[in-house]
Amino acid sequence: MTYKFLPHTGDVKFQAEGKTLEEAFSEASLALKEAISGKIKIKEKIRKNISMQAGDTESLLYNFLEEFLYLLDAEDFILSKIKSISINCQKSNNQLINKKTNNKANKVSPISAEGTLNLTAIAIGDQASNYKFTNDVKAITYNDMFIKKQKDKFIVQAVLDV
Amino acid sequence: MNLKKISETEYQIPQEGKMQVPVKIFADEKLMKSIKQDETLKQAMNVASLPGLIGNVILCPDAHQGYGMPIGGIAAFSLDSAVIAPGMIGFDINCGVRLLSTDITAKEFARNRKKIIHNIKRTIPSGIGQGGEKYSQEIIKQVLVKGAEWAVENSLGVKEDLIRCEENGKIKGANPEDVSQRAIARGTPQLGTLGAGNHFIDILIIDDIFQPEIAKIFNLKKGNIAILIHCGSRGLGHQIASDYLKKIDEEYGSANLPDRELVNAPINSKLGQSYLSAMRCAVNFAFCNRQIIMHKIREIFEREYLNKKVNLVYDIAHNIAKIESKKLIVRKGATRAFGPGNKEIPIIYRKSGQPVLIPGSMSTCSFVLVGTKEAEKISFASSAHGAGRAHSRSWAHKELTSEDVKKILAKKDIILEGSFKGTLEESELAYKDIEEVIDVTEKSGLSKKVASLKPIAVVIG
Repeated sequence: MTYKFLPHTGDVKFQAEGKTLEEAFSEASLALKEAISGKIKIKEKIRKNISMQAGDTESLLYNFLEEFLYLLDAEDFILSKIKSISINCQKSNNQLINKKTNNKANKVSPISAEGTLNLTAIAIGDQASNYKFTNDVKAITYNDMFIKKQKDKFIVQAVLDV
Repeated sequence: MNLKKISETEYQIPQEGKMQVPVKIFADEKLMKSIKQDETLKQAMNVASLPGLIGNVILCPDAHQGYGMPIGGIAAFSLDSAVIAPGMIGFDINCGVRLLSTDITAKEFARNRKKIIHNIKRTIPSGIGQGGEKYSQEIIKQVLVKGAEWAVENSLGVKEDLIRCEENGKIKGANPEDVSQRAIARGTPQLGTLGAGNHFIDILIIDDIFQPEIAKIFNLKKGNIAILIHCGSRGLGHQIASDYLKKIDEEYGSANLPDRELVNAPINSKLGQSYLSAMRCAVNFAFCNRQIIMHKIREIFEREYLNKKVNLVYDIAHNIAKIESKKLIVRKGATRAFGPGNKEIPIIYRKSGQPVLIPGSMSTCSFVLVGTKEAEKISFASSAHGAGRAHSRSWAHKELTSEDVKKILAKKDIILEGSFKGTLEESELAYKDIEEVIDVTEKSGLSKKVASLKPIAVVIG
């Protein structure tokens, strides 16, 4: 397990890390899964291909995590693990989706946002209604979100509205 | 940060740096100590840097750290230059409370307590994800426009219920065209469901009456049973907030903002207007959600107690943006508290002021207060909304055990329907002292105490 939960009075804050950006994103999705389902083991019965785009890595993380909240409510799907995750940057002739993000010095953007970022992955999990969960994660927030490259690892942080 | 004590129940952070207005905090020393422990004040100062603000950014006695805007926060904007930020209203749009009164005595209820609470748990879908009745997307779109009125038109309530809701249970200016298919898909299986987390149904005994005249108007009689329902707009509202957070971020960016969660659009822009309309759709969904839940609870009680009545006292929103007195008022974890004579409140309450409902934590008293003219002057007619968290959820898991929670509930003779696992985070030990919050709320004039309600049975998701 390479994610941990941090103190936050109102909500749930976590940090996840991985050797690659993809691994850090995968770990972040597992932190989200734990925030929803606790330590319950989820069976690997259903596969879903997921894909999303964004103009910067933070937005990509937001969209990636939000997908699991959508799948839970609209398609009764709960994640067990992520497979074959891939993130790449598609140059788009300066047609940036988001040029105005506040990039502070310590907020290293591991992949330049000089275009559109694409994420594809396979989400493996089960029908959520087969389980009993008690923690309602309402949304992903941008509050205190960061994605940092530190030596040989990537660290991502996010706050979940619960 | 220059935090000034103004009086026993009021502090101020004067304008500094990028702040456009000061921050005013209604708290005594004890509550301020809790508020200072996290990022609440910093988040309020961040909000105070937005353009178009009027007066002060207000923090109520139950304030605590949130995201973007702190919980227990109120901000007012001039309509000419207002901006609107989805992160200020929050994701659980129109999360709110509905209070029902009955003429069933505590003694009469005691006989059937377990049976009724079990029935409520079985009848009202709760927990994560789906579980509601399968309404069509066409019906959901009607609900987004009509709110609680849709429920009443479909025999899920009576007409008299509607006037006992903020905005009569139906806020105008809600156009489903502004709501994404994704949001509708999330909301469709969730209409009439409670959810989980801090959402609950409480059965309480009306304990102390502090203002008999007003308690009579609110139909609250000492020793009788009352019911509190706390929930919001479920996945539909969460998705609407998220959709517009991203849209506004893409169009206006977060450069120069202290927190990306505060991305905002001018209220008079196309996107600003579109968000307002979509937010109102979520407001209506939540009003309807609470109406359906209430109707089912009412049926359970009225089946069990023939000839007894279960009446709606009031339904109020906690997370909302509204146009009031020609200003844009944003409340996040705060309650509207109109005083006597205000034309926005129903005739039945116009003489007294509107009921202000402040639930305690799972095992502490909840309170009914009444709005004041004073609140209209000092807090844009707003009041506290709950006990307010004092400790994080991770603190609760580290410091408390299920046994602790069970002991407290047993000692106070409160029965629980739901998983004990989820109760750790909602333990009274993780919250501020509700009596203290109410005391400061009253002393500062935000609203006045009418009655206290003692919990005896709790349903959680």
